[in-house]
Amino acid sequence: MKDKRVAAAISGVPWWLVLIVGLGVIALATALADESYRVIFGAVARGFGVTMTVAVVSYAASLVLGLGLGLARSSGFRPLREVSTFYIELVRGLPMLVILYYIAFVGAPALAGILNGLLAPLISAGVFKAFSSRSFDFATRAVLALTLGYGAFIAEIFRAGIESVDRGQVEAAYALGLSHSQTMVRVVLPQAIRNVLPALANEFVAIIKDSALVSVLGVQDITQIGKVYAASTFKFFETYNVVAFFYLCLTISLSMLVRALERRLKRESSQ
Amino acid sequence: MSAFIRIRDAVKTFSTRGRGGALGLDTVLALDGVTLDVERGEVVLIIGPSGSGKSTLLRSVNRLESLDSGEIWIGDDSVTARRADLRRIREDAGMVFQSFNLFAHMTILDNVSLAPRLVRKVPAAQAREAAVAILERVGLLDKLDRYPRQLSGGQQQRAAIARALAMNPKALLFDEPTSALDPEMIKEVLDVMTGLAEDGMTMMVVSHEMGFARAAADRVVFMDRGRIVEQGKPEELFSDPKEERTRDFIRHIL
Ligand SMILES: Nc1ncnc2c1ncn2[C@@H]1O[C@H](COP(=O)(O)OP(=O)(O)O)[C@@H](O)[C@H]1O
Ligand SMILES: [Mg+2]
Repeated sequence: MKDKRVAAAISGVPWWLVLIVGLGVIALATALADESYRVIFGAVARGFGVTMTVAVVSYAASLVLGLGLGLARSSGFRPLREVSTFYIELVRGLPMLVILYYIAFVGAPALAGILNGLLAPLISAGVFKAFSSRSFDFATRAVLALTLGYGAFIAEIFRAGIESVDRGQVEAAYALGLSHSQTMVRVVLPQAIRNVLPALANEFVAIIKDSALVSVLGVQDITQIGKVYAASTFKFFETYNVVAFFYLCLTISLSMLVRALERRLKRESSQ
Repeated sequence: MSAFIRIRDAVKTFSTRGRGGALGLDTVLALDGVTLDVERGEVVLIIGPSGSGKSTLLRSVNRLESLDSGEIWIGDDSVTARRADLRRIREDAGMVFQSFNLFAHMTILDNVSLAPRLVRKVPAAQAREAAVAILERVGLLDKLDRYPRQLSGGQQQRAAIARALAMNPKALLFDEPTSALDPEMIKEVLDVMTGLAEDGMTMMVVSHEMGFARAAADRVVFMDRGRIVEQGKPEELFSDPKEERTRDFIRHIL
């Protein structure tokens, strides 16, 4: 009887988490004890702000873009639906790295050209200096690329959320005289967003990991600083341990928060 | 004086993806020329087999469906005009659904006060006060802050009726309001509906509840295959149907 309970308790333990937390503690302890790890920690930590800024700004912007695209995708107006679907399918079919190169080396010059065209009178009047691709630093281009890419993923999440709301909710709103947009804002979206909250939060974890791609543009994030440090000191093992440590602290703690959120939503909707 | 709700030669087809037709489209004739008048304060019960067009008829009256041809009027407002004022029509005629369709993310009080605030621009405090009064009338004063999922089916349907009433409709459309309910909850909903009928509400009700038909209906309309086959006073139609199809159907439901 008691054995069974012990067995149940043991099998209920998330061993993967125990292992990871254990390794984390060992890593931290070693680092604090070891002079060279301390230095690497200090160096890589300087990229933490950049990594977080890139992730948070791109995520916030792709939520806005994704919501717009998701609404367009489930709109009753065909041209809007076709255009948004075209964009979403195109972007989702490309590797994130290719999007990044595209925006950095094709998109930025094009954007400069467009802005110069649009603002030509102001520029010739001397209000602005003419734009060149150098007007956009690589961090900005990286954020733009992540936003355009993740906007497409997030649009699909919003669309799934909108479709998950029972058709009867919409009909009831219409039958009460609510307009299309009132129905969307007051009835459909609150339920849709609640249904996809965990999926949206998971995209934040994903964007933190994909933010490492910006290192290919030389943006000084955790990965880039680690890469440069490792190459100059040949301490590859130690450096990438530290880099991995930073990412894992972020992603695992966030994933656990997402799970807690999921459980809470489930509990709320079942009472 | 002409009738309050006037339906003239209503025709409605639906296309469904099926095997037939060159484009793989099957068409269903849901309404095949329906003409019906409902007087002010009258309670019209609509019966008929599944798929006979009852829901489509109701949903055409508040323009959740648009007719292919024919005309519908509520009072002076055209429902079927191309540029019909949808807001006005839906203020005129409220609707109660088989599956309640209460807004799942809102309390009962918010469910009832939402449309008056958004559509009729009633100030929040006043809308709330009115909602409380209406919920009291349907016996849900103790459920104001509950969410729909926390209520029984019968309570949800009474809340849905309250939500429709909060817009001060001139007519109410009920589409099988008790079909999704457990037997012990049917009476509480029918009692509310009977009360409304006694207060003079104009009602079109799709239902096969004989008790309600006898207690509250002024007229019963029997539909089959998109047409009105026969209509009359409840006692006449139920005890002495003229048409063979009506007789078969009534034998079925009695
Ligand atoms: N949205 C729809 N799309 C396709 N066919 C429909 C739709 N709504 C109703 N129909 C069809 O129209 C006919 C009448 O349906 P309905 O009005 O719901 O009948 P009832 O309410 O009497 O059961 C049925 O054959 C039904 O399948
Ligand atoms: Mg029906």
